[in-house]
Amino acid sequence: MRKRGSRSIYMPVHRRRKGREKANMYSKGTKRKFSDGVDNKAVAASYSLQRQSLLDMSLLKLQLCHMLAEPNLCRSVLIANTVRQIQEEMAHDGSWQVVTEALGGSGHGPSDRLVDTEVLCQSLEQQDGGPRLYSVMGYDGCREEEVVTDKALCSVVVGDRSPALLLGTIGHCWDRGELRVEDGVSKDSGMGDEEGTRSGEGAKMATGQVFGTFEIKNGAPGSDPALEELFSDVDASYYDLDTMLTGMQSAPKMGPYDFLDSLASSHGSVSNSSCRADLNELDHIMEIIVGS
Amino acid sequence: MCKADIISTVEFNYSGELLATGDKGGRVVIFQREQESKNRPHSRGEYNVYSTFQSHEPEFDYLKSLEIEEKINKIRWLPQQNAAHSLLSTNDKTIKLWKISQRDKRAEGYNLKDEDGRLRDPFRITSLRVPVLLPMDRMVEASPRRIFANAHTYHINSISVNSDHETYLSADDLRVNLWHLEITDRSFNIVDIKPANMEELTEVITAAECHPHQCNVFVYSSSKGTIRLCDMRAAALCDRQSKFFEEPEDPSSRSFFSEIISSISDVKFSHSGRYMMTRDYLSVKVWDLNMENRPVETYQVHEYLRSKLCSLYENDCIFDKFECCWNGADSAIMTGSYNNFFRMFDRNTRRDVTLEASRENSKPRAILKARKVSTGGKRKKDEISVDSLDFNKKILHTAWHPKENVIAVAATNNLYIFQDKIN
Repeated sequence: MRKRGSRSIYMPVHRRRKGREKANMYSKGTKRKFSDGVDNKAVAASYSLQRQSLLDMSLLKLQLCHMLAEPNLCRSVLIANTVRQIQEEMAHDGSWQVVTEALGGSGHGPSDRLVDTEVLCQSLEQQDGGPRLYSVMGYDGCREEEVVTDKALCSVVVGDRSPALLLGTIGHCWDRGELRVEDGVSKDSGMGDEEGTRSGEGAKMATGQVFGTFEIKNGAPGSDPALEELFSDVDASYYDLDTMLTGMQSAPKMGPYDFLDSLASSHGSVSNSSCRADLNELDHIMEIIVGS
Repeated sequence: MCKADIISTVEFNYSGELLATGDKGGRVVIFQREQESKNRPHSRGEYNVYSTFQSHEPEFDYLKSLEIEEKINKIRWLPQQNAAHSLLSTNDKTIKLWKISQRDKRAEGYNLKDEDGRLRDPFRITSLRVPVLLPMDRMVEASPRRIFANAHTYHINSISVNSDHETYLSADDLRVNLWHLEITDRSFNIVDIKPANMEELTEVITAAECHPHQCNVFVYSSSKGTIRLCDMRAAALCDRQSKFFEEPEDPSSRSFFSEIISSISDVKFSHSGRYMMTRDYLSVKVWDLNMENRPVETYQVHEYLRSKLCSLYENDCIFDKFECCWNGADSAIMTGSYNNFFRMFDRNTRRDVTLEASRENSKPRAILKARKVSTGGKRKKDEISVDSLDFNKKILHTAWHPKENVIAVAATNNLYIFQDKIN
């Protein structure tokens, strides 16, 4: 079981190249240029886009597994584990990203989705040469706290919004499945599977720790519709891994739209725009594959 | 290029005289080494086709509505016990034992039947004669002697003959079975990692092998980069391993692809039985069986691919399963890479070489030139840049002669055999 505490997303790049070698056989789309110095926000946003792209790719691969006559179990398991990993991380810090984007206004459009694949494979450490420090806007006096987060990407560079809002949002708006956010040395966080045994301690922010141990239960549905919209990206039951894995074993052949249907139905009444957008995208891809 | 001709397994027999290949079309082709002869002094033991037969046919599983591929996943030779040769070949579901026998003489001059085979009229027989053996064109025939079927729900990835020469194991994604070579209607299940709830499945078996000398010991590797050594004397079901080999992860290099590239694609014991070698996506590791917490040697096969993992994930190359092999003396190891490159590592001198298996670059009896992949900014002459590598040309299967420096390299649908140069 991998230790959750030490987890870096990026792979180290062998820096034997002088300057940034642009030639990349597999580069997709446009290259993003880093602004002067390393901008936390830019890095975080581009990373999160890459991560999303990787998630989409993985889901598509899993979907195609259903199509093949002979699903390769090893490959499916590895892809499913990757998806799980991404989801865990998104749940862990994806919400912070949403906060950033909502409050700071990242302004990154869909055209920025395609970035140099190298970004995802780079070690975050290597860009700075040391462990990353992220500043987190505290509350009760706008005190900035520096936090070493074990290389987990959770840049929360809050704009000039009031910290009270941040506090408020952390407190009681996580109603998308269960999320247990723990500090670096603890175990895995479940993805809607584990029952919380720890009592919810609320959003306490101890010095030196970004995440306290608060537990977010399946609480009352959206107390605030605006905040629901805010966290629409953070849907723990977004992708029903169970459905996919079960489907792989029991129903070897799913029709082209079965997967999409199961995906849609598993969310029930939760409607979020990004989910629908992705479904539409999958739909579109399916049409191309099926050739209709 | 015909897809059915893609070679899917390569294996020398115990003496090295025979070399078997299996392909995607379910065929087995066996090569035999020519004896050195005086009139052809330069052809030092060339390998020529000895026998070809269709081992497996495509099948259809009506229950699951799935086609069962006829691709030969593995071939393993049995030790030779008489004039005939025997091997085990397997596809995803069924293992077959084939006996390959040859006839190069025929008897002539029977008393009771004439040359056409018709019975002679007894009244016509006036004298007795002793039939004589006359040479004939060599005829090799392969016949299936045993069929070991219906024991695997998942795809078989490994078979391994035990050192007792009586049993063998077969492994699929979730289970390992033990068979007796004579008994086809049942097998013992010795490892089962299938979870009660398939939704909880996070790890599969990727390879398994019997120990070369201890018939009670075997190992199996997993998709999480771990190897478990089991002793069959401990329990009927070897769910609890005797030894657990895992290298601690380097936290600085962790990424979303860490698990995928740590998945072990092949595990091979050394001939001595003291070491074992594992192949994961980027490296080959040699383990001392007495030390579980880390390998004793690690060799980077194509480290320059580490920064391309995202792309390799996209085009599925990251799931390629490379094999590895030892030389007879356990002093060198070999494994394949992309662009028809294969790598050899000398364990003693720590030297390594990259060679290419391609028609353009190797004329018969020409010396192979060492290749290099340039990773720096400046590409030297004769070097190939990472971006120019052909990822469709992958060498997944290689084999080393058990005694001599002869290697067999399968490059898609071509088989290359290289030998040490003699002066």
